[in-house]
Amino acid sequence: MAAAMIRDLIGSLQAALGALGRYALFGARLAIETPRALLRFRLVVEQVYNTGALSLVIIMLSGLFVGMVLGLQGFDLLERFGSEESLGTAAALGLLKELSPVITALLFAGRAGTALASELGLMRATDQFAAIEMMAVDPVRRIVMPRFLGGVISMPLLAAIFSMIGLYGAQLVGVQLMGVDQGQFWSQMRGAVEHGDVMEGVLKSVVFGIACSLVAVYEGYHSLPTAEGVGRATTRTVVISSVSVLLLDYMLTAVML
Amino acid sequence: MRQTRAIELGTGLFVLLGFAALFFLVTQITSREFGLGSGGYRLTASFDQVGGLKTGAPISMSGVTVGRVESIAYDFGEYRARVTLRIDPQYDRIPDDSDASILTAGLLGGQYVAIGAGASETFFRDGDRMQFTQSAIVLENLISKFLFSKAAEQQPADQAAQESNP
Repeated sequence: MAAAMIRDLIGSLQAALGALGRYALFGARLAIETPRALLRFRLVVEQVYNTGALSLVIIMLSGLFVGMVLGLQGFDLLERFGSEESLGTAAALGLLKELSPVITALLFAGRAGTALASELGLMRATDQFAAIEMMAVDPVRRIVMPRFLGGVISMPLLAAIFSMIGLYGAQLVGVQLMGVDQGQFWSQMRGAVEHGDVMEGVLKSVVFGIACSLVAVYEGYHSLPTAEGVGRATTRTVVISSVSVLLLDYMLTAVML
Repeated sequence: MRQTRAIELGTGLFVLLGFAALFFLVTQITSREFGLGSGGYRLTASFDQVGGLKTGAPISMSGVTVGRVESIAYDFGEYRARVTLRIDPQYDRIPDDSDASILTAGLLGGQYVAIGAGASETFFRDGDRMQFTQSAIVLENLISKFLFSKAAEQQPADQAAQESNP
């Protein structure tokens, strides 16, 4: 009984390590292919459109509401200390450093990651990769790379848009509804926020972009060639991306604080 | 062909918007101001204590912002902090006996330089030095002063009480 449990444990540990190793190898391969893939820029542009431009509406809408909630909550909290003028600072730092990279990455995994994974999974299920290989074209180079790079390029831009819209959402609630002085809102923010804070958010969103895109293309490319396999690849994409984004977020924050 | 054109347009728009947002974040909500920091004229003022004054803090006369703090450095010639103030060009009639003091906006707010207008008939020019300055108030000094004065009040009272009932 105990021996069987230990054997199971060792088995699942081996499976987890194996998965990590496969991810690392696949990631390394994509990194090596990156310079060459950037030369075929038209394919990348198409994928920036698919992952970035098509995610724009959901990102902007979410950014607006997250910013508005931040304005409400921040105002309520700061008012207790009599320093509601700091709302701009609180909203800007919260959005830039934490909320916009993380929420954008989660939305990105849900909106663009699933699309990538199911697209690639369906290609796998319908033997399109085999057909491409038959034409002596490397499917990783031709199909996977542009999708990966498209995601990596889109993510920081989406996060920046999220931050900007969120800031205006916070300003809308804080200034227009709650009556914080507009000049104080912006000038205190300008006084407190530094370039390092913006860069921290950008760096986070770049890392999350790489993580989410890698998970999506890996799961899609390696999905089982069945209808169920495509579905499972999509689910795994969302789960793995979300968990790894939150994990990476903690590690990056701990490193950069 | 039409479809690729639309995709390219959409992508271009998206990338443009993304970079515009990044540019906005870098320039509009951080303290460094681009292009605005060059005009006007400069004054220097020495303070014993600048407290938490930062570069870019506003300079105000009667509450109106007339310029920004350009730099803060330590002057080993006179062992005081030397603050360079950049005054906007339209405020060119500040009397040359005006005083500068470092004040705090609100309880938790940032510190700024307040200029109180003097009575002189001549005005500051570029590169002038302000003679009369008042340092930032350090809260700890204020508290210790308050405590010492309380203790000093307490002592005679204790002595009086001891003398009245031996």
